[in-house]
Amino acid sequence: MTIAEKILAKHAGVDSVKPGQYVWCKVDATSGHSLRALELLGVDRVWDPERVFIVDDHQAPPPTIEVANRMRETRRLVKKYGIKHYYEYGRGGILHQVFAERGMYAPGELIAQGDSHSTSGGVFNACVTNANMDAVHILAFGDLWFRVPESVRVVLNGTLPAWCVGKDVILKVASELGTDYGLYKSVEYVGPVAAQMTLAQRWTISNMGVEVGAKFALFEADAKTDAFLKDRVTRPYEHVTADPDAAYEAQYEFDLSTLTPMVARPGDPGNGVPVESVLTEHVKIDQAFLGSCTNARLEDLEVAARIIKGKQIHPDVRMLVSPSSQEVFGQALKAGYLEILADAGALVEHSTCGPCYGGHMGVLGDHEVCISSSNRNFQGRMGSPLAKVWLASPATVAASAIAGEIVDPRQYL
Amino acid sequence: MQTTFTGRVWKFGEAISTDLMVPGSKVLANPGITPEEAAQFCMSANRPGWVDQVQPGDLLVAGTNFGCGSSRNGSQPLKVLGIACVLADSVSRIHLRNAVNTGLPTLVAPGISAFVEEGQRLEVNIVSGQVKNLDTGKTLQAQAWPEDSPPFQILMAGGLDAYMKDKVRKAGLVRA
Repeated sequence: MTIAEKILAKHAGVDSVKPGQYVWCKVDATSGHSLRALELLGVDRVWDPERVFIVDDHQAPPPTIEVANRMRETRRLVKKYGIKHYYEYGRGGILHQVFAERGMYAPGELIAQGDSHSTSGGVFNACVTNANMDAVHILAFGDLWFRVPESVRVVLNGTLPAWCVGKDVILKVASELGTDYGLYKSVEYVGPVAAQMTLAQRWTISNMGVEVGAKFALFEADAKTDAFLKDRVTRPYEHVTADPDAAYEAQYEFDLSTLTPMVARPGDPGNGVPVESVLTEHVKIDQAFLGSCTNARLEDLEVAARIIKGKQIHPDVRMLVSPSSQEVFGQALKAGYLEILADAGALVEHSTCGPCYGGHMGVLGDHEVCISSSNRNFQGRMGSPLAKVWLASPATVAASAIAGEIVDPRQYL
Repeated sequence: MQTTFTGRVWKFGEAISTDLMVPGSKVLANPGITPEEAAQFCMSANRPGWVDQVQPGDLLVAGTNFGCGSSRNGSQPLKVLGIACVLADSVSRIHLRNAVNTGLPTLVAPGISAFVEEGQRLEVNIVSGQVKNLDTGKTLQAQAWPEDSPPFQILMAGGLDAYMKDKVRKAGLVRA
């Protein structure tokens, strides 16, 4: 069996499962966005208050009275149902980062959360995916139906060149395979580059699993995984690997030794091209965004600070920096990265989903151009339908913020 | 739950994202918005004015990866606008689950975007998966749900809310 088949079989209480089969599985944890729906059903308890997680991330602190009142409602529900894991602004950050920091993911677990980027958790060798409305079923019963997905393998061969990171890898893979190679499937990323990458770089690839349609975007666990989980996860867990005879619907091989920094042109995350190929277009930018659950971890802030140190953000550009969690914010603060960025004229925001989804804290106006370390560049994603969003790695975002136009970060390092 | 739908087709292209159906800057940023108000922004970026043309009972046909992107429920505005059934060459996983839970029949029908032109009429049976183009007389087989599968049962209940009401009551989870 593949990794996904093993994890689903175990949670369904059966010896084996096959792609296409429908199973009811015990779920190890979920997010609490459906508590109000549970209350409306007249149910006064959740199946396990220790395994329900709520963090205010999309619109915190509240920009409007309506949002503030919705947060009051969340606090009431948290008390009523005795939810243990509730993190407001100042103590949380973005769901997928905070969930990990608080030890909620462990290898071999099955977790369904209320945000599309839930595939992020696959970096921990766990089956993590989205449950939106039907998370209420988990809250009531602790289980959910799943269709066992077909599995595909993406083999990342070679050695990743300096200054290329996980973001460049996923933009490259999506540019070649399209944004539906993972549609309704479990994608396993393996090979020498998977092993070479830092946990944070793998995390970007799992995070953008949903951008290639995936139900799960999995990595194998290794010492890097265990190092992050140490002292965060105290329950026992085991690494899950695929059997040698596991059946894959497809296997895709990439040699990444010659990879160069990538950008995705506006409109679709699959529009990736080498940044070198757009230099002659002199794409002027209005905003540079370093943030989101995709690329705002400590090493992302570190590389940006290294590029920007001693320089100034281009006068025609606003740069927004939003660390992926309050924990990362504190680490970057102590390491001096935020000071460097602030001195350069970047606006250092709190940890928020806001700019990435066009919600608040940096919405784009008509015809504005943004280079972003986030995950989506669909029309209207970050604000105006007339705005243009280019996706890139933190290094490319930082270098472009100084230059005022999209540039190759290797010239700035 | 109705299982056969006959209606006029609106066609959309490839990779129609939920950002187009539920624009974050218009809808998410305004939590007090009603479903009826939110529906007025559906497809406003890619097809302004469409919401004023669509009629209850119309069908929506799209290309591959329909509903890609965010987990925002793109089926809700479509249902509010009166779309009776959605067919696409392929559908994103999150969107498909939201559709089932919303009670909006949404079928994966490989080849559908080449099978029908905008304005033609289709007859769709969501149990058998058979799709007939009433203008050309041709038929196409969509992927039907197994009748014993949870998504089919939720859809037949009319959506998640009705399904859950029944299930929590039978489980004795509802206060007297």
